[in-house]
Amino acid sequence: MQDTLFELGGRKFKSRLIVGTGKYRDFAETRAAVEESGAEIVTVAVRRVNITDRGKENLLDFIDPKRYQILPNTAGCFTAEEAIRTCRLAREVGVGELVKLEVIGDQQTLFPDVAATLEAARVLVKEGFKVMPYVTDDPVTCLRLQEIGCVAVMPLAAPIGSGLGIRNPFNLAIIIEQAKVPVIVDAGVGTASDAAEAMELGCDGVLMNTAIAGAKDPIAMARAMKLAVEAGRLAYRAGRIERKLYATASSPLTGLIG
Amino acid sequence: MPDATATSITLNGDPYPLDGDTPLNALLEQLKMRRGRVAVEINREIVPKANYDATIVRPGDQVEIINFVGGG
Repeated sequence: MQDTLFELGGRKFKSRLIVGTGKYRDFAETRAAVEESGAEIVTVAVRRVNITDRGKENLLDFIDPKRYQILPNTAGCFTAEEAIRTCRLAREVGVGELVKLEVIGDQQTLFPDVAATLEAARVLVKEGFKVMPYVTDDPVTCLRLQEIGCVAVMPLAAPIGSGLGIRNPFNLAIIIEQAKVPVIVDAGVGTASDAAEAMELGCDGVLMNTAIAGAKDPIAMARAMKLAVEAGRLAYRAGRIERKLYATASSPLTGLIG
Repeated sequence: MPDATATSITLNGDPYPLDGDTPLNALLEQLKMRRGRVAVEINREIVPKANYDATIVRPGDQVEIINFVGGG
């Protein structure tokens, strides 16, 4: 069953798994996990360079921007203004217009500030950014972000780094049904079955970081996630059977012995 | 506003000594920063890469240099 390519912001990708680069032991492990995941889009954070330790290695020496689509995020931003400034700086590094917009509303839950996210998205889209907003699993907000011109919507499955899996599959189903842009589940995935579930629901992709980087064996988990996203996607396209309350026999009821 | 009596800039939030007006390129070289890996703001204005040669950093300037680090 030949799948269509994953279209995002005018580019096509084979992999529907987007991976982060945070929380790894070192850049070598980051590179190995990214490679094993098969991801073609990789998120990074934007931070001040370390002035005192100038010999330090650079992430882009390990994750080659010629090979991977780099997706800078606005993690740590609590206002639209900070997020916009971060995106402008990220673009100036020279890896393209794609940005993962996240404006955090609360330190403990890391849930998005929806009003500020909408505000920042409006400005960034006007400035030519291809905006991928991290957002609450709220169908109306996802619609608004789509209307503004975001190239994807990225509802959370559960709080960032929580590993709780998909808390509200029914909201996600509504978001998917209404969306004209790709729906990418971002945040909250804990293990392979969570990623498969997102894809079975009909999501276009899954974005994760902690689930891989925080696993006992990140490289093995990266592969598990690759397979889960592929399996979930294939199951979605294959079309699952209806859920029924009672049994239906799998073996013929005729020709029984005796 | 640049301060005429200053002998340093504020670089990523900390004071950094600067001997008078310095081309941005020279400052980046001094810091061993590769232009393909960073982005620069001076007094909250982004400096496009094409202007690195022509841009002068002046004592008193607020300079931010960012790069990409691991993140989700």
